[in-house]
Amino acid sequence: MIELEGLERRYGERVALAGVSVRVGEGETLSVLGSNGAGKTTLLRVLATLLRPHAGTVRVLGAELPAEAWKVRGRVGLLGHEPLLYLDLSARENLRYHARLHSAGRGRVEEVLAAVGMERRGDEPVRELSRGMVQRVAAARAVLHDPPLLLLDEPRAGLDPAAAELLEPLIGRASGRTRVLVTHDVERGRAEADHLLALKGGRAVELEEAYR
Amino acid sequence: MIRAASAILRKDLRLEARTKESVPAMLLFSVTAFVLFHFGLDRDSLDGELASGVLWVTLLLASVIGVTRLFAAEREQGGIEGLLLAPVDRTGLFVAKAAALFCYLTLVELVAIPAFTLLLLGPGLQPELLPVLALVNLGLASVGALVSALASEGRARDLVVPLMLLPLLVPLLIAAAGATEPLFSGDGSPEDLGRWLGLLGLYDVVFVLLSVAVFDYLLED
Repeated sequence: MIELEGLERRYGERVALAGVSVRVGEGETLSVLGSNGAGKTTLLRVLATLLRPHAGTVRVLGAELPAEAWKVRGRVGLLGHEPLLYLDLSARENLRYHARLHSAGRGRVEEVLAAVGMERRGDEPVRELSRGMVQRVAAARAVLHDPPLLLLDEPRAGLDPAAAELLEPLIGRASGRTRVLVTHDVERGRAEADHLLALKGGRAVELEEAYR
Repeated sequence: MIRAASAILRKDLRLEARTKESVPAMLLFSVTAFVLFHFGLDRDSLDGELASGVLWVTLLLASVIGVTRLFAAEREQGGIEGLLLAPVDRTGLFVAKAAALFCYLTLVELVAIPAFTLLLLGPGLQPELLPVLALVNLGLASVGALVSALASEGRARDLVVPLMLLPLLVPLLIAAAGATEPLFSGDGSPEDLGRWLGLLGLYDVVFVLLSVAVFDYLLED
């Protein structure tokens, strides 16, 4: 599902990822841990095809990146710091727009809106929703096209415990999807992981080393 | 590609209808410029090349506002990443953005041209102005979408758009002014209108093809 071998990514002269290698099988969860600036978000963006790897081998869903990035687009759900929603459109309008881009039906929009408990407030502009509600709509957007791979960057940020539980069937282990989970919550990261990747300065390190 | 372009265009028009960020500003700029010309030149009516120049320079400068805002929602609200994650041909994005700008320009002209006629134009409007407007809008839309995508990557977007856009519009301005100068002279149908329309058409074809060819690369990391 995901195979990284010696992945390297730089921003100008600064090395964001160096020599990162990991394998994740279908339906498994990779938890990525590390302090701020460790390279966690960069890793997610490389896997999402938003950033090109500068060296190493990156295989995602059977496609080699960056050459076969087009094969991956549309099969990945990204839930990150930015909700990727238009603030002046309603939640329903945003989801219908994304559904058209992904060739998903309108029925699916109502299905995911109901799944995140937003069907009643789906016609309000995203700008007027609370942080937690925006995150729920963003989660609905991420799974709208039923992607086999989920890339999650602190997906529970801004959610109360009830909302976090509500999203569990969509983005949690119960979803059955392959997941890459970036989190600062070491305990949760450990609990959910089939594989752990601790990063420090863009390099894979032992977990204890990552926060030292 | 058509499905994606249509979805993006509908979204852009809906956002513009809600936020009113581009069209009202472009329109206000145009009408204000005509009022300023009216008093600045101290003339009740213009004709010929002066009228032609005033109209096109005003409309081209007004278009800078629309071009600057064309990718604003995508960059400011993360929409571009949502698009890049979707299995969408990037040409669809170019077509949608150019079509949105074409619509904005047409809406602005629906009010700005009558205002120009009222405030400045001596001879009445002639129907031959319509194909000129259509071809100018098409050229502006394709160049504008290209420049907007290019500028949206940088921080100094407000500065970069006019610096890149206006030089690229010089051939369009020359052809548009050449086409409308006889129309605004009250000479009736110009003999060489077809030649200027051909030049405008050629400009449009070149920039549509160029934009389609390079648009993918503009959006790459």
